[in-house]
Amino acid sequence: MSRHTAAIVGSSGYTGGELLRLLLSHSGIDVVAVTSRKRAKRPVARIHPNLRDITRLKFIDPVDLPEVDVLFLALPHGAAMENIHEYMSRSKLVIDLSSDFRLNDSSSYVTYYGQKHPDPDLLEQFVYGLPELHRETIREARLIAIPGCTATGAILPIKPIVEALRVNLIVVDAKVGSSAAGAGVNMSTHHPERSGVVRSYKPSGHRHLAEMQQELNSNGSISFNFSPHAVEMVRGIQSTIHIFLEDDYEEKEIWQIYLQAYREEPFVRLVKERGGIYRFPEPKMVMGTNLCEIGFEKDEKTGRLVIMSAIDNLMKGAAGQAVQCMNLALGFEETEGLNVVGYHPV
Amino acid sequence: MIKCKECGSEIVLPNDVVENEIIDCEACGIELEVVSLDPLEVDLAPEEQEDWGE
Repeated sequence: MSRHTAAIVGSSGYTGGELLRLLLSHSGIDVVAVTSRKRAKRPVARIHPNLRDITRLKFIDPVDLPEVDVLFLALPHGAAMENIHEYMSRSKLVIDLSSDFRLNDSSSYVTYYGQKHPDPDLLEQFVYGLPELHRETIREARLIAIPGCTATGAILPIKPIVEALRVNLIVVDAKVGSSAAGAGVNMSTHHPERSGVVRSYKPSGHRHLAEMQQELNSNGSISFNFSPHAVEMVRGIQSTIHIFLEDDYEEKEIWQIYLQAYREEPFVRLVKERGGIYRFPEPKMVMGTNLCEIGFEKDEKTGRLVIMSAIDNLMKGAAGQAVQCMNLALGFEETEGLNVVGYHPV
Repeated sequence: MIKCKECGSEIVLPNDVVENEIIDCEACGIELEVVSLDPLEVDLAPEEQEDWGE
């Protein structure tokens, strides 16, 4: 297997640390640089103690970034777009984990992010990095935008349904772990405030709704709604999705839709069991893995289709998905470096 | 050949299948019980019931 060099810009955050964890055990990747303006020259393991004795890398200042085969951007929203041409000059393959290049339509940045995109012509060059939907395009891509974590947890379970059936109304209710808010601190992340909450933090108009609309409802025919809650987890997103369909259906039809869409997918696991404690998707069961679990049930009284999904927001919701995309774009096995079995109990 | 009661996928039963045997659907993973051999019929296998009231 040919080897490739990699670097991570903004690697002191949680997604950057998770990327590093995955890349250090990848059989075809040599991580040669990780940047952090604030922590330059300090050992990586000081910030990511799970990597003690695994790497002796030290953070470098972004100005010293070398040329590499693949460059990951794990920066806060708005930072990647500021210097994207500089980053593109350092690598032929750029994978951005922020929201800066996810949306095809520049006007959506005004609507959902409250700012004009500074480089709208570049948006069409970025591929939305969700392999289950865009695998062949990702193989050829040189610029990849990794989806938002709650968007991944919604798009994967909903996509096969909206393609196969006539849908009137969708309501996505997500429970989100604290690591999804990043490594920055503020009053809402302070332990006495965060602990024990089921905090509704953006009941309508959440930014990730723009991605969901783009991938699932581009003609606007469905009333599409999304409400996330911050809950007592560090990792994980559990989405409960309520779908109201135009026509009646049987559960068997839903099974066949999902089996056809995902039976061969390495990172989608259908979970709908009649016994045991974990009969439906559960974030604890996918922690540390790149899996998205999907389950469902028909409400026989109302016809509502209830779909549940579970992901690890740092894995399938960020770093794991980024490595999956890199594997495709560099010609590795899609699952290389991602064959992690979850823990039980956690 | 018979269809899964849960997901509708086709299931090939072994030749020596016996009545009351529990088989798995490879597509959805559900356990099925062979309730009759002639005619061949399967049903969802009985599950231990739990009290989910909370």
